[in-house]
Amino acid sequence: MSETPAELRYAPSHEWAQLEDGVVTVGISDFAQDALGDVVYVELPELDQEVAAGAEIAVVESVKAASDIYAPVSGTVVAINDALEDAPERVNQDPYGDGWFFKLEPLDAGELDNLMGADAYQDHCESDEAGNG
Amino acid sequence: MPFIPHTADDTRTMLARIGASSIDELFDEIDPELTRADFGLLADGVGEMAMLAAMSERARRDQTGPCFTGAGCYDHHIPAAVWDIASRGEFMTAYTPYQAEASQGTLQVIYEYQSMMTALTGMDVTNASVYDGGSALGEAVLMAVRASRRRQRPGTARQAARVHIAVAGPCHPLYLDAARTISRNQGIEIGEPLIAADGRADLGALSAGPAPAAVVVQQPNFLGLVERVDEVTAWAASYGALVIGVVNPTALALLKPPGEWGETGADIVCGDGQPLGIPMASGGPSFGFLCSRQRLVRQLPGRIVGRTVDSLGRPGFTLTLQAREQHIRRAKATSNICTNQGLLVTAATVYLALMGAEGLRRTAARCHARTRDLVEALTSIESVTARYAGPFFHEAVIDVGRPAGPVAEALAGAGIVGGLPLGRFHRELDDCLLVCATEKRTDAEIGAFRTALTKALDP
Repeated sequence: MSETPAELRYAPSHEWAQLEDGVVTVGISDFAQDALGDVVYVELPELDQEVAAGAEIAVVESVKAASDIYAPVSGTVVAINDALEDAPERVNQDPYGDGWFFKLEPLDAGELDNLMGADAYQDHCESDEAGNG
Repeated sequence: MPFIPHTADDTRTMLARIGASSIDELFDEIDPELTRADFGLLADGVGEMAMLAAMSERARRDQTGPCFTGAGCYDHHIPAAVWDIASRGEFMTAYTPYQAEASQGTLQVIYEYQSMMTALTGMDVTNASVYDGGSALGEAVLMAVRASRRRQRPGTARQAARVHIAVAGPCHPLYLDAARTISRNQGIEIGEPLIAADGRADLGALSAGPAPAAVVVQQPNFLGLVERVDEVTAWAASYGALVIGVVNPTALALLKPPGEWGETGADIVCGDGQPLGIPMASGGPSFGFLCSRQRLVRQLPGRIVGRTVDSLGRPGFTLTLQAREQHIRRAKATSNICTNQGLLVTAATVYLALMGAEGLRRTAARCHARTRDLVEALTSIESVTARYAGPFFHEAVIDVGRPAGPVAEALAGAGIVGGLPLGRFHRELDDCLLVCATEKRTDAEIGAFRTALTKALDP
């Protein structure tokens, strides 16, 4: 069973989002990193890039797949995790910590309410797994 | 997974969607004479012996004399060992490797090829090749646009604004055609070549034009001249545009590698590999090479072979960075139209290995010397002049003082393949021939060209 911290919000495409001091940090869930396998590369957005909720904003590449990362909320990129360039394995090792992708200044923090809570996301993953089986 | 062809219903639906009444209508633009493929050479049901006789007779008509035409396809000496080795059964695949890691020999050849091409161009990475020079330029343009779109500022990012690609100096017109065909529907506009009076890149026109995402510059340029690549690279660097170098691999044995152009070097390098051991064969097939900086490797399309170790620590070769490719990324792959030219790359690798750096350098030097002799011989004819004063490599533009098309025909009648009439591509050069002399051309052949040209101009 993968970890699903209760304090985070989750998108159906397996990004997590956390609002702190007016800034939303985004990464991919433990479930997602486990499904991808060893992450070898993360293509991050540019600082100051504006993005709409649901738009492609980054790419995560593992030894067996490459997946687009979608912005969970609309906003402007205010920080990117440069450390992933040299150490993409942090996404596998610490998906909710050192493995974060980027931070957004949200246009409307209320959009976070459109995302799932931990329990709903857990159910979503189980049905995802069942569906893929 | 079974191969599932379209059903008749699928085909009808797709045709209806795009408003075509039949499959044939999709090919309307092709001259119907060509699709009938009736060359009037053979009667229906003719026997093998009669067919061979007719084809031999026809082939004799193609055997014209010494070739002084280059323009992208060159009559170089190919050591016999090249195709002896390349046509060994173990190498006999023209195609991209499937079940790649089971074909360690094929992968090693590609790895060696990549290593040689990066050494020749001064770049960091090379893919396993693409179709030809034109498709290589098309892929280079797409790469540059992907890389620059990623660098765009807020608001403009990922919008469908048209992206401009500038062409600094004469670039092969057929490469530009291919690149435009490939990129046109992706919001990319490739400008007309910006050419100064001296036949090389016009930096003033470059500055006056729209801001480009990338600048294409060919070395030596399409008119054979050694292009001002350092200045073009410096210009691009100051405007934040990428530099796409289109290069002749033989010339690189003498000229500065694109990786060292200007202060920053080219970002992407492409070209046609035909000069490296591939027969002219009436214009193809050939292969295209595509090289880039390490930082652009994820935008580089096509196969890339890497060297690694297996679980027991033994060295081996493997396809790498495959998440860029269509079997993984599907519609979002870096390219959905590229494969590699396995057999021709094998020949080029053997050619480069046989020649070595010194052999290639001597070939290039000999080509240059022969072309100087050729230009000197031809311009000693009154009324024939060299069109440009700048330095050239192994091609030059000569002005014959009258429309060059009929002159080239007269030369062909005299058994000389006497250069490319340039009017078709450059209106103002209607009186000009682009001529080339490779290391194969002899004094006697150059003399025969001079005699035939004298006669063609003064019948």
